Amino acid sequence: MNSFGRFATLAASAEGAFSVADVTRRARYLIEAGFDRVWVRGEITGFKAYQSGHWYFTLRDRQAQVRCVMWRSDNLGLTAPQEGTEVFVEARPTVWEERGEFRLVVRQLVPTDASGLWQLRLEQARAALERDGLLDPARKRRLPAYPMRLAIVTSVDGAALRDMVSIIGRRWPAVEVLVVPARVQGEEAEGDLLRALNLVNRIPDLDLVIVGRGGGSREDLWAFNSEKVARAVAAVRVPTISAVGHETDVSLTDLVADHRAPTPSAAAEAAVPDRREVLRAVGVLAGRLGHGLRRRIELGRERLERTADRLGDAMDDQIKRRKHRLATLAAALDALSPLKVLERGYAVARDESGAVLSRMAQFPAGQKFRLTLRDGEVGAESLGAVK
Amino acid sequence: MSGSSFKEELERLEAIVRQLEQEDLDLDRALALFEEGVARLKAARELLQKSELTVKRVLEAADGTLGTDPLDL
Repeated sequence: MNSFGRFATLAASAEGAFSVADVTRRARYLIEAGFDRVWVRGEITGFKAYQSGHWYFTLRDRQAQVRCVMWRSDNLGLTAPQEGTEVFVEARPTVWEERGEFRLVVRQLVPTDASGLWQLRLEQARAALERDGLLDPARKRRLPAYPMRLAIVTSVDGAALRDMVSIIGRRWPAVEVLVVPARVQGEEAEGDLLRALNLVNRIPDLDLVIVGRGGGSREDLWAFNSEKVARAVAAVRVPTISAVGHETDVSLTDLVADHRAPTPSAAAEAAVPDRREVLRAVGVLAGRLGHGLRRRIELGRERLERTADRLGDAMDDQIKRRKHRLATLAAALDALSPLKVLERGYAVARDESGAVLSRMAQFPAGQKFRLTLRDGEVGAESLGAVK
Repeated sequence: MSGSSFKEELERLEAIVRQLEQEDLDLDRALALFEEGVARLKAARELLQKSELTVKRVLEAADGTLGTDPLDL
């Protein structure tokens, strides 16, 4: 900058001496121009939070120290760090001219313990997902009651897949399991998961997707905290279950999926019903079906018998035939053992189209019809009303 | 059969049973419902009898088409 050049020339002799303000301002310009934002690691000492809400502290390590300020607008929502805590700060170095003091204006501050930076990135990603409404509980879809085709996005080598397949096979073998392979840790994991989750959307007739892996260190599970992967899970067009590792940590994919399972095994249990329970429910329906028909037939019989009392014996034969017809669809019931509600030996008369013939008028002499018996059908012909 | 159609199958069966139980139906109608119920029960049971889980690996060909391979674990 020209003005600095001119200052420098001016200040090269006592006549052109800088004012203190000039030199500190120049130092500030040089420092601000010479640094971009930087991350600095150090230990906090002399922390003081003023009433204004601004924080002042010193960061130090063994060789040096630097004064820091963190404005209220940047520390809102943060807990004040303990004296002696080691932290990362993202800061802009500057010079505080009034004191001629070099210092850092801190924008972000995170503890270095284990995964401070990761934690920060995770919180930022989470906030972004929240802004876009992807964490809204109202978005969550119900899992299908009886999936017939489900996809599992995971590594084909992991124990997680074997566990899930074994549980699904035991509970609900009617389903078709489609494994979409993806590495679930390491540098390739994010790209693999994104590809797999995209591919899942092209599988026809899919009912459900499970995405996950077995337990591991926080680093191992990291791909499931990728904002991109979380968005891809949210974009899956069928209901999703996220199952990452063991109980403790919740990953971003857990937050956006329709259902969160603490482990792959739990995901498998949540994904499919237990066949034995469904069979039991179907058995109950079968029993009610048979019972319902039987009751209907008994009602018909009672009614006929009341009529018979009035009409006398002349109708006996007709009544018998009607009773038989009423009784019988039971041939079909024999295929369903719990449904043996009707005695054997009945027959149902039907016309060519299969409609049941139940009135005398439908049997003029010479009328051909079919009789359904226990073991098949026979053709028959009416001799007309019995006199 | 898709997952939703199996669900519809069971719901239809439930509806048939309720009609048979509650309504004073014409016999033809009762028999027709019963027959339909029996057929649906049979289909549901057949599906539930399947005991071998099918597991496949999804593969994407170079031209982008999807295929599957049997997967042994």
